[in-house]
This record gives sequence, C-alpha cells and structure tokens, in this order.
Amino acid sequence: MSAKVRVPISSDYDIVAARQRGRSLAAELGFTGSDLTIIATAISEVARNIVAYAHSGEVLLGLARENGRRGMIIVARDEGPGIPDIDLALQDGFSTGASLGLGLPGARRLMDEFEIESTIGRGTTVTMRKWIS
Amino acid sequence: MSISILKQGDYLIATVQTAMADADLLELREELAVKGGETRARGVVIDVAAIDVMDSFTIRTLLEISQVSKLRGADVVIAGVQPDVAVSMVQLGLTLRGVHTALDLDAGIALLESPAQATS
Repeated sequence: MSAKVRVPISSDYDIVAARQRGRSLAAELGFTGSDLTIIATAISEVARNIVAYAHSGEVLLGLARENGRRGMIIVARDEGPGIPDIDLALQDGFSTGASLGLGLPGARRLMDEFEIESTIGRGTTVTMRKWIS
Repeated sequence: MSISILKQGDYLIATVQTAMADADLLELREELAVKGGETRARGVVIDVAAIDVMDSFTIRTLLEISQVSKLRGADVVIAGVQPDVAVSMVQLGLTLRGVHTALDLDAGIALLESPAQATS
C-alpha cells in the first residue's frame, strides 16, 4: 500500500484523531454519504483495539486499487500481546477486555475486506479495505 | 470536557458539543449519575446530534448511562442520532436496544413529558 497518512495510536484521543483523518482522506478519495461515517467507525474500532490490548501502535490510511476499482485501505498494527484465537475474537460478544465484544466483528461488517494477522508476543495487524461503489 | 449539562424543569439536558473521546464519555456517565440525584431529575435527554461516529464503546457507554439513570429513577432519551451514524450503527450491529430515542432535542423532551411513554 502507499500510505498517505500515518496516525500513531497510544490514547483514546488518538482514536478520535485516526477516525477524523480517515474520514477526510475517504472524502478526498471520492467516498460520499454514509460511507464516510462507516469508514470512520471501522477505524475507531480497530484503533480502540490497539489502545485496549497493545497500548500503542499505528493506523495507516491510503488509497487502494485493484482491477480498475478504487478504494481505501486501512492498516492497524501493533506490537502487543497478539490474539490467541482469531476466530473467537471475530465472534460477536466475545471480549477479554471491558467491551461489548463487537469491535472487530463490527469493523469486519462495516468494510468490504478484512484480514487479521497475529502472532502471540509479536503483535497484530488488521488490514481492511472498502471500495467506492 | 466537550459536554454541557443543563437543568430544564424536571429534566437534565446533556448536549455533546464535539467529537468525544472515551474519557469524555466516561465523564458524562459520572456527571449524569451525580447531577441526576442532586437535581432530582425525572428524565435526561442526551443530545448526540454533534457526534460524528458512534462506535461500540460510545454505544456501550450510552446504554450504561441509560441503565444507571433508570435505577436512579430518571428515564433517558438519546436524541439527534444523525442519519449516517444510524446507518453505520446498524451495519456495526448495534442499535441502542431498550433505550428511548428521539429525532431531536424537542422530540426528546416531548417523549419524556408524554404520559404514554413506553417503558423499557
């Protein structure tokens, strides 16, 4: 990906910053209407996951291209404890922290593509894409 | 903090003024729990028209505020959820189930005043 924007994440105020930067980049890339809010909400969820479980990390935002279509790519990565069971983490209502357990599964529903790579003790990278319809 | 809480008759009106961080939401929860008792409010309207994103944390905190207020004898109405925010909440899978909602602040106060108000 060609990252256009990098937002370091280490506090809940950075979550707000990430989703605001994400919303403006999405508008710049050509997204409109509720897609802007949907993208901002998904960014909020993955950024919150960094704060809650890894304490610090970063969110990268950029242009995605594939087979002539355009969209946005969002990468949230940290060097935190990692996710032991990704399938479980993607189930609605599962949480090891103080949350509704809807963050990651919710973000997956909001975006068109969603992948998680995680290694215990090494960290987690969430990559998501949304295409302009 | 980016929230103002005003007393209007028997009700408290909490207005969110900008995009809120988690800490602001938690402060709102604490403030409303205290002020609700101090002012003997019978109802609370939380005007969220300025909120640009309602993620799972925001929604969970609003649900908690509603439940705490209910236990303290005050009904809560969430007013002014923006159309794009509503679409996004539904796709996220969260819909403020069991919480009174209203189109805007005026409708929220009207709902609290209505004797036929649905209980949840």
